[in-house]
Amino acid sequence: MGIGLLLAAVMPAAAANFKVTLLTPADDPRLERARIERAALGHPAGPALDALKVAMAEGRFELDAAGATLQLTQVEVSDAAGAKAATAKAERDGAVALVADLPSAWTLAASDGTKLPVLNVGAAADALRQGDCRRNLFHLGLSDRMRNDALAQALTARRWSHVLLLTGPDELDRERSAGAQASIKRYGLKLVANRPFKLSADPRERELANTLLLTQGSYDVVWVVDSDGEFALTLPYRTALPRPVVGDAGLVALAWSPRFERFGAPQVTRRLSKATGRPMDAHDWPAWMAGKALVAAAVAAPKGPAAAFHKALADVELDGSKGVSMSFRAWDGQLRQPVLLSDGRSVIDLAPVDGVMHPKNALDTLGADAPEKLCKAR
Amino acid sequence: MTAQRPWASARSRLLGLVLALALPWASAQSTAYVSSEKDHAIAVLDLKTRSVTSTIGTCKRPRHLQLTPDGKQLLVACSESNQADVIDLATRKSVRRFALGDNPEAFDLSPDGKTLYVSQEDEGTLIFVDAASGKTLQNVPIGKEPEGVKVTRDGRTVYVSSEVANMVHVVDVAGARLLKNIKVGKRPRRFALTPDGSQLWVTNELDASVSIIDTKDQTVAGTLRFELKGARTSDITPVGITMSRDGKRAFVALGRANHVAFVDVATRKVSDLVLVGKRPWSVALDQAETTLYVVNGLSDDLTIVDVASAKALKTVKVGRVPYTVVLVE
Repeated sequence: MGIGLLLAAVMPAAAANFKVTLLTPADDPRLERARIERAALGHPAGPALDALKVAMAEGRFELDAAGATLQLTQVEVSDAAGAKAATAKAERDGAVALVADLPSAWTLAASDGTKLPVLNVGAAADALRQGDCRRNLFHLGLSDRMRNDALAQALTARRWSHVLLLTGPDELDRERSAGAQASIKRYGLKLVANRPFKLSADPRERELANTLLLTQGSYDVVWVVDSDGEFALTLPYRTALPRPVVGDAGLVALAWSPRFERFGAPQVTRRLSKATGRPMDAHDWPAWMAGKALVAAAVAAPKGPAAAFHKALADVELDGSKGVSMSFRAWDGQLRQPVLLSDGRSVIDLAPVDGVMHPKNALDTLGADAPEKLCKAR
Repeated sequence: MTAQRPWASARSRLLGLVLALALPWASAQSTAYVSSEKDHAIAVLDLKTRSVTSTIGTCKRPRHLQLTPDGKQLLVACSESNQADVIDLATRKSVRRFALGDNPEAFDLSPDGKTLYVSQEDEGTLIFVDAASGKTLQNVPIGKEPEGVKVTRDGRTVYVSSEVANMVHVVDVAGARLLKNIKVGKRPRRFALTPDGSQLWVTNELDASVSIIDTKDQTVAGTLRFELKGARTSDITPVGITMSRDGKRAFVALGRANHVAFVDVATRKVSDLVLVGKRPWSVALDQAETTLYVVNGLSDDLTIVDVASAKALKTVKVGRVPYTVVLVE
């Protein structure tokens, strides 16, 4: 840990300066070249820093007008303990907030290392919004449950009600499969079967590995849970029945897509592409939104103190080019937002899907809602 | 962006000329032109029969349309071909195209028609383009994603809305420089100026509101919030706006709420709400100010609204993803 990059120019002394620290994993395995080259939908296509910088550059006009600056430092950490130590150090050094693009356990450790707000842009785990939620933890990206609910809504709207679930071999897959099953149940869909799969060429394991054998039976749609993505990518058009694949391949629930055409989205995508030379992907959007949230907080409380900045951050209403104003849910710190359903070639649908209703805000049909009281820390 | 321009007399002279030439459509001269983003074309609608009679091919992804001050030509901003198309209304053919920066969407013309002021969404600038030569004369940096553009009657000031910075930028034409940023509601889009120029109304797409700017001291003098029974605030996304010539009434398209609001300008109160098509966007009043034309971006049609009774009369299919309507009578 501990490489520090000074990214924003130091502005005139009169301006209030807010320091922000971005925590990222050292030697991030998600960003290995081969992994990015064959990245599944929703997997990172580049570092979170890119979109964060774009958002801060976009905010320059508003910041100048308010007389505030944001100064960003990136710190790489190697484990949960390192993340915790890095947040504590950032707080001592006068940071006003942190942005974390870390695995969920590290994200939790980071938020426990400080009282400062931690903006989570990388961890989708429901636990961080539920049992392991924290008062200072805010989530810009989609939770697993939001993605599951979005898909379940789309299946309900299409009356693809009989679902065959295929679940991957690791612990994360099992957790996410339980989440998918909960959404299937919540929307009144029918789970035909839940079958484990494994990547293997061993003939003795063909029941687990052969897509034709795995997809026998009667169903409307195959829902695949594969956090790694390699198996899921090979599944469409290899099913025993001519049925669509959803989940981690086929139709995928995403925070963003470079193919999104509405609400000024192409301009946002183009700005990131110009800055980085790559398309803006689902993993970039939360980082971009974290930058926008920090800009909005600095503009709302340009003279500080930190407490005013933190209050402004919790209360932000953001335009993220998804057609609606977005804000953090008071009950779990999750940014409520529309979810894109895409096959990677186009954005096929948006959730909440037409016709889904909610007593207060239809966006709150995606993810844990207030009456469930799943987060006790807030 | 149509009826309240002071070149009505020039337009009627043009009408006389066209009649004298006895062109085939002379008897049905009252026309609506509707740009269609996905068809790369402009639908031509006969206002009498209320039906589309033809289409004019233009550059790629046409969006904002505006008449030249002499009423003889229609200028088209094409976002994908980065061009302006100049359409001669007598022949309904493209006569000239010129570069219009990068990804042009909205623009306004100087009162003499010689200069186009074009927002550059990607670059975050306002460019001044010479209409005769097509040359870019100035490039003024403003906030990211600038959108609506409005020139004052005296031609000295240009207002530009910035969707990202939630501001209206005040640009001095003579000095080609940014004079002031005015903080307005979330995602400001389009403008209307009162006839005396004292108030600038700007629609805030993600704030269900219009910010009313006092143009004397360039500050927000008031905010008009829209409410609609059965719709949530988040579903009211105002964009298109126009005003009657006497400045007494404003007409605002409420986007996702699928309604147009009629507003009494003096009291800043909504008098009527008219159900139209899906996501109404651009609005235009006819010369008599008895009929309002509303472009529905997500239902590919145009709703014709009777102003007196505040009722939709007819909805006509136009092109795919229609954007702007301009009337020529």
